[in-house]
Amino acid sequence: MQKTFTLAAGLFLATQAVAQTPVLTVYAPDYFVSEWGPGPKIEALFEADCACDLQFKPGDLLPRVLLEGARTEADVVIGLNTDVTRRARASGLFAPHDVDLSALTLPVDWTDEVFVPFNYSHTAFVYNTERLQEAPDSFAALLEAPDDLRLIIQDPRSSVSGLALVLWMQAVFGDEAEAAWAQLAPKIVTVTRGWSEAYGLFTDGEADMVLSYTTSPAYHLIAEGDDTKKAAIFPEGHYFMVELAAKLAGTDQPDLADAFLSFILSEPFQSMIGTGNWSIPAALPQKDWPEGFQALDLPETVLFYSEAEAAALRDPAIEAWRRALSR
Amino acid sequence: MAARALALGAGSVLALAVLAPLGAVIWRAEGVAALRAADLAALRFTLWQALLSALASCLLAVPVARALARRRFAGRGALVALMGAPFILPVIVAILGLLAVFGQNGVLSRVSLALGGPRLDIYGLHGVVLAHVFFNLPLAVRMLLQGWLAVPAERYRLAATLRLSARARFRVLDAPVIRAVLPGAFAVIFVICLSSFAVALTLGGGPRATTVELAIYQAMRFDFDLGRAAALGLVQLSLALGAGALALWLSRGAGFGAGLDRTTPRHEPPARLDTLWIALAALFLMLPLGMVVARGLPGLMSIGADTWRAAGHSLLVALGSTLLCLAWALPLSTPRGAWAGLAAIALSPLVLGTGLFLMLRPFVNPFAWALPVTGFVNALMALPFVLRILTPEAQTIRQDFGRLRATYGLTGRAWLLNVFLPRLRRPLGFAAGLTAALAMGDLGVIALFADPDRATLPLQVYRLMGSYQMEAAAGAALLLMALSLGLFWLCDRGGRVDVGA
Repeated sequence: MQKTFTLAAGLFLATQAVAQTPVLTVYAPDYFVSEWGPGPKIEALFEADCACDLQFKPGDLLPRVLLEGARTEADVVIGLNTDVTRRARASGLFAPHDVDLSALTLPVDWTDEVFVPFNYSHTAFVYNTERLQEAPDSFAALLEAPDDLRLIIQDPRSSVSGLALVLWMQAVFGDEAEAAWAQLAPKIVTVTRGWSEAYGLFTDGEADMVLSYTTSPAYHLIAEGDDTKKAAIFPEGHYFMVELAAKLAGTDQPDLADAFLSFILSEPFQSMIGTGNWSIPAALPQKDWPEGFQALDLPETVLFYSEAEAAALRDPAIEAWRRALSR
Repeated sequence: MAARALALGAGSVLALAVLAPLGAVIWRAEGVAALRAADLAALRFTLWQALLSALASCLLAVPVARALARRRFAGRGALVALMGAPFILPVIVAILGLLAVFGQNGVLSRVSLALGGPRLDIYGLHGVVLAHVFFNLPLAVRMLLQGWLAVPAERYRLAATLRLSARARFRVLDAPVIRAVLPGAFAVIFVICLSSFAVALTLGGGPRATTVELAIYQAMRFDFDLGRAAALGLVQLSLALGAGALALWLSRGAGFGAGLDRTTPRHEPPARLDTLWIALAALFLMLPLGMVVARGLPGLMSIGADTWRAAGHSLLVALGSTLLCLAWALPLSTPRGAWAGLAAIALSPLVLGTGLFLMLRPFVNPFAWALPVTGFVNALMALPFVLRILTPEAQTIRQDFGRLRATYGLTGRAWLLNVFLPRLRRPLGFAAGLTAALAMGDLGVIALFADPDRATLPLQVYRLMGSYQMEAAAGAALLLMALSLGLFWLCDRGGRVDVGA
């Protein structure tokens, strides 16, 4: 009896202790939370001095928040892309941040009141120097390349990178985009649902080039000591891909959420995210990037549509892609 | 009477499990949106590829299953067991395995190049059909094989005694089996191909191969247009139920009467082409699986604690799903039940997942429910296959032994334990194995429910690939295949302990 009582009291106290630790719930993309993703590192760094419990809930980001509406459990969402910011903003579910954005080192101006960028890269065609000695040195050269150059891309209707490619083509070729797609079509081996399938096929040797990011070679260089993967750099410019975080308006942990948004631009986070997420840190001067990142081939010209422009261009650009590739 | 009430109950739960999530999505979308012109093009392609895939799988299955029923050779059991494998691979793994054989840099292309031939071009409608046949041929073969093994050995002896010609044997012995099993197999395969997405897109080579499921994905995840997703989901559901009704109508009646369950060798001359058919089917199925193994072996070393934990979760889900699915299926194992069961795979997994999420969300924390929901959905998804496998034999048992039951006035319990279940054990074992394996491999609907600490193995494969861990992902995929096959083999074996099949 005595023992039971002590046990019950102990359990009660333990629950109390847990209840006193505030929980910050962060929705993140699925790959974030594996032991190879950035999630565990972010959690360790942030929990080191927030006196809180950061819990990642991986899976769909915006669709889930929109389904849940104001009742969402999320305090913060991390890993959003620019193609959803417009809808996310319009939902009214996200709140402005109070982060000082002056530390940003992005290649584009960023003054958004709601979305805080934490890392970036650019769309690029990645190739293996052992299989393809001379990669096209411009987008025009890629279109002119013989049809036995084999490309794998992603579908703009089901993947973020595929959509970025469609906007990239639009930015480079404008009204001629559909004709450019038609010229590219014979070289496209296939179109995959997402980035993983395409990159897996590329590493298996199914194609000479794959639509990926300018930062992909950094993974091979740093993690595998392999310098044969390169991104072909085009003088016409490359489309800017950035990952964002935002605070929910209905969060019950507003202070922690603010602290988290400031934290993602802080030096410890920014020094980690390069090799943690294989992307360029959003607020870190180039000289402080991890070593392999210094060696990356990066574009001089960076192309980027505002969310309003992108929203207006998106459907016609996808339709042009579909028509040209369906012939 | 009790059986009928039970069937009605199981049927109602099934209807509810399919219609309620669809209803929830429509309710949340505040109506159903009109379809676009591009949707109609997608619908046309979806129907056409599903029709061709189901036809090819079923037609090829006949000679292969016939040959396997007639022939006895070393490794036959292993081959039959391995036939469960393609069906359960996560889509992404199967795509990489298939393209490692049939792709432009695949084994066959390299052989062709070495012999001075061209590279293989797999991408196109033929590629889509090839991939779907890879997944579904084994299923059709197993269903037919089950049908042939259920024919009493006495009938074969009689045919031998009567010196029936090959043509007469086919008409008397084979045609009824084909007619009883094939329409159902066709319907199931047709419906499963209706909701193909990543395979159709990748093997189809681009937007020409756009399916309805891709349009649903786009509407759900990219446009957040639930009304359009619901409309497309409804279209998919009606197509599937239509196909099912056709199959039900085609597969009426067949019957050989009861036998004495002899395991005496069957008196039938093997046909000359049997060996060729078996060899071709084995090569076609084993080459891509072999590539999955070859790709995975180096990665086995880098399997981490996360992956082992995910494997444990997957096993747990698989066992739960299997029990639930069998309990659900037994009262429904009638032709009409098997037809209704099609609804379970006819509903887009995306619509189903979103609907369940909307339904559960007000009451429970969806994250904490990730594994039970996965188990439930897997049981639901396996139901049509299990019903397809159980129904023909369950019907036969009811017909052949119903008189015995009436004569002795057997109680429901005695009938179930002494007659029904023991006689059903072979299809029951196969069905259990298939469910367990399917539940291991299915990623299905859990994107909305995912929990960092409760990943299943297929989800882990995707997570690893998303972080550039292609080798570790291939290792995890191999582990997944091995575990699924192990489960499948155990159950299947348990169902046919003393049968020489």
